Amino acid sequence: MTSSDLNWDAIVIGGGHNGLVAAATLAKSGRKVVLLEAGNEVGGAARTEEFAPGFRVSTVAHLLNRLHPDVTKTLELEHHGLKVERGDFVPSVALSKDGPLVLHGAYGEVLAGASPSEQSAWKELRAQLLRYAGILKPFLSRRPPDLAGMSLAEMTGLGQTALALKKLGREDMRDFLRVLLMNVYDLLDEQLSDDRLKGLLAFDATLGSHLGPRSPTSLLGLYYRLAGEIGGLAGAQMQPKGGMGTIVAAIRAAAEKAGVSIRQASPVAKVIVEKGRAVGVVTQSGEMLRAKTVVSAINPATTILDLVGPREVDTGFVRKVKNIRMKGDAAKLHLALDRPPQFAGVDAAGHTGRLVIAPSPDHVERAFNPSKYGEFSPEPVMEITLPSLVDASLAPSGACVLSAVVQYAPYALKEGWSAGKPQFLKAIMAQLEIYAPGIGATVRHAELLTPADIEIRYRMPGGQWHHGELQADQMLMSRPVSGWSGYDTPLEGLFLAGAGSHPGGGISGAPGLNAARRIIAMKA
Amino acid sequence: MNHHPTIKPPSHARTLAQSHFRTLRLGTPFQPRIDALGFKQDWYSWAGYRAPHSLWDEELEYFAIRSQAALFDISPMTKYRIEGPDAEAYLDRVTLRDVTRLKPGRVHYTAWCADDGFVLDDGTLFRLSPTRFRLCSQERHLPWLLDSAFQYDVGVEEETEAVAGLALQGPTSFAILRDAGFAGIERLKVFDLAEFPHDGTSVTISRTGFTGDLGYELFAPADKALSLWDRLMAAGEPRGIRAIGYTALNRARLEAGLIVANADFTTSEHAIRTDRLRMPDEIGLGFMIDPEKGHFNGRRAILEARAKKRLRHMLVGLEIEGNIPAEHAIVYYRRNQEVGLVSAAMWSPMAKRNIALASLQRPYGDTIADDLWVEIYAMRELQYQKLMKRAKVVPRPFVKLDRRTANPPADF
Repeated sequence: MTSSDLNWDAIVIGGGHNGLVAAATLAKSGRKVVLLEAGNEVGGAARTEEFAPGFRVSTVAHLLNRLHPDVTKTLELEHHGLKVERGDFVPSVALSKDGPLVLHGAYGEVLAGASPSEQSAWKELRAQLLRYAGILKPFLSRRPPDLAGMSLAEMTGLGQTALALKKLGREDMRDFLRVLLMNVYDLLDEQLSDDRLKGLLAFDATLGSHLGPRSPTSLLGLYYRLAGEIGGLAGAQMQPKGGMGTIVAAIRAAAEKAGVSIRQASPVAKVIVEKGRAVGVVTQSGEMLRAKTVVSAINPATTILDLVGPREVDTGFVRKVKNIRMKGDAAKLHLALDRPPQFAGVDAAGHTGRLVIAPSPDHVERAFNPSKYGEFSPEPVMEITLPSLVDASLAPSGACVLSAVVQYAPYALKEGWSAGKPQFLKAIMAQLEIYAPGIGATVRHAELLTPADIEIRYRMPGGQWHHGELQADQMLMSRPVSGWSGYDTPLEGLFLAGAGSHPGGGISGAPGLNAARRIIAMKA
Repeated sequence: MNHHPTIKPPSHARTLAQSHFRTLRLGTPFQPRIDALGFKQDWYSWAGYRAPHSLWDEELEYFAIRSQAALFDISPMTKYRIEGPDAEAYLDRVTLRDVTRLKPGRVHYTAWCADDGFVLDDGTLFRLSPTRFRLCSQERHLPWLLDSAFQYDVGVEEETEAVAGLALQGPTSFAILRDAGFAGIERLKVFDLAEFPHDGTSVTISRTGFTGDLGYELFAPADKALSLWDRLMAAGEPRGIRAIGYTALNRARLEAGLIVANADFTTSEHAIRTDRLRMPDEIGLGFMIDPEKGHFNGRRAILEARAKKRLRHMLVGLEIEGNIPAEHAIVYYRRNQEVGLVSAAMWSPMAKRNIALASLQRPYGDTIADDLWVEIYAMRELQYQKLMKRAKVVPRPFVKLDRRTANPPADF
């Protein structure tokens, strides 16, 4: 074992976007920070990678819709290459055999293709959803309330939430509390009638979680989505030019500017613990690095069970960590196409947006059902983007890249993914063929990443991109586990900063930023 | 006609297999012998087993411990077999005391805590070999012990039913074991253990006990229980061996100043009210905490409570004026401020003092130890006589017997 001469103020494990945000924020506070990334490049699940000769794609996350404004501001990402303009926002298109429905602007400021009565119902529901999501939004950039010992600042924060609730007015406040833990299906039934719109919302609410629209609490997923904003607009979305890798490149530039030393291909083998305190790490190559603070921006279970090991923490804590549910249910499809596909009835602007196959809430629910028993959806639902239409450099001239998040694909497929994957791809292609006839014949190369593949390639146990199901029982003060939700751990000096911590996954940078702020506040 | 040709009368084997409900309290492997001696029919349930409060006379049973030799069935005590290359490291993480300093052939008294530092139980840990241990305790802990074994190369098995246990306590206990032919028994020092041949197998004998007296504990396979009992009774007859029940043992343990889980403190998994939880420092087990040893369950919480002075309680020994036992009496400061409760009390024939164990709210018992009083309700012919008696905090044990530790043990 070699020992590094340098002693660091902070070691950040994991160069996903949250690790980079945490490292950059800590470095900006004057700390000497080293970031250790296991892979050959940073970015984690927010990378642009080549999946076929000449074809590049955002390999896991492909839409930017929740990069936290505090992250952009703190790291001055606009000075480091981040560009967000109103013109970059793309619509959502609900595909249907009855013709598409288009949500323009920030999550359907304008709804095209629906009846006038549905349009006014949507206007009301959209306003309500955003209002309610807005109540929860401040929680994204804060530590979850610490029930054991709340600081004055935390009390004030909660007080502000109470005030915001009160400002809703009596009826609205009651309704907020009534629907908070509802399932999305029933709520949509109360207010809407167009199956295409309801299907899209049902899909968005359950995207990335092991829930169907009728599962209790599924509405929370939609709030989580709508609590996100981009360019100051809640619910807006964009396809970053150059893919998600450019967002990470901007964060990386900010980190390097702040003095973070980034080491790639440096997987950490162990967190060194001395008398209940994390004092450094040992890399897999045997190098020892010591620091006052160790920040793990990788999976919480991997951190505690593998890097720290159960011997250095208490049995009850290990129990909780082992019980974090994180079995992914979403697959990622990348297609290299000879030419851009034509989705029936969708205009050119629609093709640059997000195309959703979820024709009705029942369809989403039926797609979910088999996944409970370890089987994939025979008629999967999906969210499709065509990134090369926004940035032509992502595909060879005239060709096209298709990127899709596809549900439901249970991590533990009963028949095993080596047998199931070709079948599942066939099922996906059959759906695509319905909405974009002829697409199958143009496929030059197909890459399907099942949760099992995502687990290995992106070091995400269970292939769950939130690093832990994002459901009511694993949110806020229960994320990653109850009692240890405020980024600190039972080990002094060890902090968690990844998506497994509050608020959760998605390209937000919020867990990384909150963790760094927590560390900075503790030293003050 | 209600004729059910398919329903057969229950077979004998099936009846036997389902007979558990017919026995409300299980018998231990020694039950035939104990039943034969249980003239008082005064039974209680010890972890589901039928155990005697007293067999024939609780006063004489107590004096058997102090003047002769007493045989007490400890089979109902929960016993775990913990074995494997990582057994030492595993137990060092689960329990408070430093297991790396417990040598093979030795026993120590220890306790274990949950994450929050509250005591789950106390018990004795026997190191049978470098890689094999036996953990004995009052309560059951298998789920906790199994969950704690994650990523340790260790096996944890409950052996309560498979292993029969006897405590042989009292001044003549050594002589009885020697006369019974356990060659080399004189070499056992306090907290030593060794294997001795018995009836074609072996019995583990440790110089341990719950009486503060010279004494031993013997563990044998359940099917050798009766032959072990008979061997001891035969050899012990000339030296006054007597079978005893718990009431007598409970007196001896109080004189020795030893605490009983869920009698003198509430274990963490039993406590319903949060202020009943106890950290080791709050029940006199602070000496077990070794911040210098490796990580152990509850370490962070315990050290934090110490650093932030969040320890709320204190378990103390009291000497109370007069001779009326103060069982479950309220403890007062300056006769009027309630500061605690007596959990066990007796007039000690050995100490010739009125003694008690009590839990006090700090700082009482800690930095404020004078002007303490107990209020005793003495029932006198259907009328309570209220006595306010002065109590003094005194060190434990209340009774210290040189013969307990004498080497070689004396031949009484």
